[in-house]
Amino acid sequence: MNKWSGKLRRIRALTLKETRQVLRDPSSIAIGIVFPLMMILLFGYGMSLDVTKVSVAVVDEDASSDSIALIGAFRLSPYFKVTLAHSMAEANTVLLDQGVDGVLRIPSNFSRRWHSGKAQVQILVDGTDANEARIMQAYAQGPVSLWSTAQAKSVGAVSAGPVIVVDRMWFNENNDSHFFLVPGLIVLVMTIIGAFLTAMVVAREWERGTLEALFVTPMRATEFLVSKVLPYFGLGMIGFVLCILAGQFLFHVPLRGSLSLLCLASMIYLVVALGIGLLVSTLVKSQFLASQLAMLLTFLPALMLSGFLYDLRSMPAFIRGITYFLPPRYAVALMQTLYLAGNVGSVIWLNLGVLSAMAMTVMLLTRLATRKQLS
Amino acid sequence: MYSSLLRILALVRKEFLAVLKDPRSRFIIFLPPILQCLIFGYAASFDLNFVPYAVLDQDHSAASANFLARLDGSGIFRRQSDLHGTEDISTSINNGHALLVIQVGQDFERHLLAGEPVRVEVVADGRNSNTGRTALGYFESVVEEFNADWRTNHGEAEPPVSIVIRSWYNPNLDSRWSMIPSLIGTLTLLGTLMLTAMSVAREREQGTFDQLLVTPFRPFEIMVGKAVPNIAIGLTQATTILLIALFWFHIPFAGSFFVLYAGLGLFLMAAVGLGLLVSSISATMQQAMLYAFLLVMPFAILSGLTTPFNSMPEFLQSAMVINPLRYALDITRRVYLEDAGFTQLLSDFLPLAVIGLLTLSGAAWLFRRRLT
Repeated sequence: MNKWSGKLRRIRALTLKETRQVLRDPSSIAIGIVFPLMMILLFGYGMSLDVTKVSVAVVDEDASSDSIALIGAFRLSPYFKVTLAHSMAEANTVLLDQGVDGVLRIPSNFSRRWHSGKAQVQILVDGTDANEARIMQAYAQGPVSLWSTAQAKSVGAVSAGPVIVVDRMWFNENNDSHFFLVPGLIVLVMTIIGAFLTAMVVAREWERGTLEALFVTPMRATEFLVSKVLPYFGLGMIGFVLCILAGQFLFHVPLRGSLSLLCLASMIYLVVALGIGLLVSTLVKSQFLASQLAMLLTFLPALMLSGFLYDLRSMPAFIRGITYFLPPRYAVALMQTLYLAGNVGSVIWLNLGVLSAMAMTVMLLTRLATRKQLS
Repeated sequence: MYSSLLRILALVRKEFLAVLKDPRSRFIIFLPPILQCLIFGYAASFDLNFVPYAVLDQDHSAASANFLARLDGSGIFRRQSDLHGTEDISTSINNGHALLVIQVGQDFERHLLAGEPVRVEVVADGRNSNTGRTALGYFESVVEEFNADWRTNHGEAEPPVSIVIRSWYNPNLDSRWSMIPSLIGTLTLLGTLMLTAMSVAREREQGTFDQLLVTPFRPFEIMVGKAVPNIAIGLTQATTILLIALFWFHIPFAGSFFVLYAGLGLFLMAAVGLGLLVSSISATMQQAMLYAFLLVMPFAILSGLTTPFNSMPEFLQSAMVINPLRYALDITRRVYLEDAGFTQLLSDFLPLAVIGLLTLSGAAWLFRRRLT
């Protein structure tokens, strides 16, 4: 009884001290509140993977009614902003000066060859930005096939086919990229809040020598850790709530699974992130090293190796192997499924299980490391 | 003048010692750029090379088998399972075993032989809609090939218009070719900005900055003494990434090293200037690190690294005139792949020089203000 009340009293005192430290430091507030808001705005409005207008310079060397009709199809397309160029030389200069994203060349024999069934148009892109060039390439198919089917129908030739693809995108019928950005954003925000602050926290006490002062008190390793985790856990949950609200009211991402499972998953992941931060901080005892390691071990994997932006299945085997040891992949799978697919038992229990095991391992390791240094 | 130079040299030497003396901190300066470069190089691609799919073949005919064989022969599509009923579709998508489920109806062969159009239904996992869309695109191009062959074999003409794509400077449109050169700027920005901001904050936290202020050093000299070592470290980091691009990823370097390093020098001045500015508003290392991070994130996301710069909203594009990374990406990509020269890159060099001058003199001014 006495032992327990002492324990609780010490945890309370230490937590209070840590919380005050958090509240009095503008940078902790910045990372807990400003950072989630900033990421929501950046991902929501700045990072667009969606369709936008591509500017194209058209060189019409044919100047026939057919080529003019084709240019008309490009003008009608919502994806293209068409300007005319008089020669390839002129168009190339504009392209290389980045005045346009691509050049459409209609060769002089276009109309003649079209009537003999073998017409070609040329598209030139600047490959220095491969992403943009690919988008351009994909968009160009639209107006060209629109035009050619319209023309083919009018002269009675075969249309496309025989096999016609009817596709459906499940979970995201309208192809809204906010649908996958928001679940990933939650993971990213939890990672930063969880790992970055805690990475500095123990190392700072080492650097300033305040940890030695704590060691002479009756405080135990577990009490120390609990008091370090609690305030930052609270900060992380504030970030989580901000993201959930933005998903609901700003981006209208449907939450098809259960909210309580979503909260549970986030809390467990937050504990993993906090644990990694504390472990790194305890082991390296230097704020600079700890911050760099935290970045490398948590932020980078959450962004790159989580399946948030890039498909894990297409990564080389050894990188894919690494991702299994890193928590973000499980968290992203959970968030995306809970948000968009619903309560899919097999996905949820497996990933929750792995994350819980990771949370316990990291916390136990941190406790071990702290105890070793206490004695 | 001469004594000022001597003082700066002494400070530069001290600064190098402070960073490079500790083997762990030597390690942490060069390990992250190398690891990040490799991870970005291998993982940061929207291209897919493995699309697991499931099939519900209700036709079980030679034609449907032939059609599906094309997918398996593509090297990208891998059949995970053959489904037995429509109720299996949702299971394979939901639990993530298949990215696509393809449903071939029971009249596939009959329609095909009769020369009638036939529908093939395909469902994609849209949890990552970008991946789903890409996979659908790949599937459609395989079907397009099938159609073209079928038409040729059955005496029908080729589709009337074909599009020929030519891409300047990156013939295969390999996303790695634009990603890796971009990393030269991105990773060094992250590295130098944090290193600079934290090195001053550390001195402040440990009280040595006050000691520095009571020495004969003038604020300007302290600023230069802090800036030069960090620029040098940044250049070394950039060179490391350049070497990985050249000798590990074998991306051919088309341009001139002179132009590249001139650009990098200006860029690093801007990066270090920003780092010094961040450090002057930070009282502790934690603040320096977090503020630096809060600054780098929008710069990196809005630079055009992962998504095209031109597809961002107009007001963000104009707000990014202050983003040094945006100019650095343009310089590194265009010098690396296009052999762009000074005249073509003037619109990048000038803003970088302005940002560098403003931030460095701002930092010197803030140091002086601390003195009085």
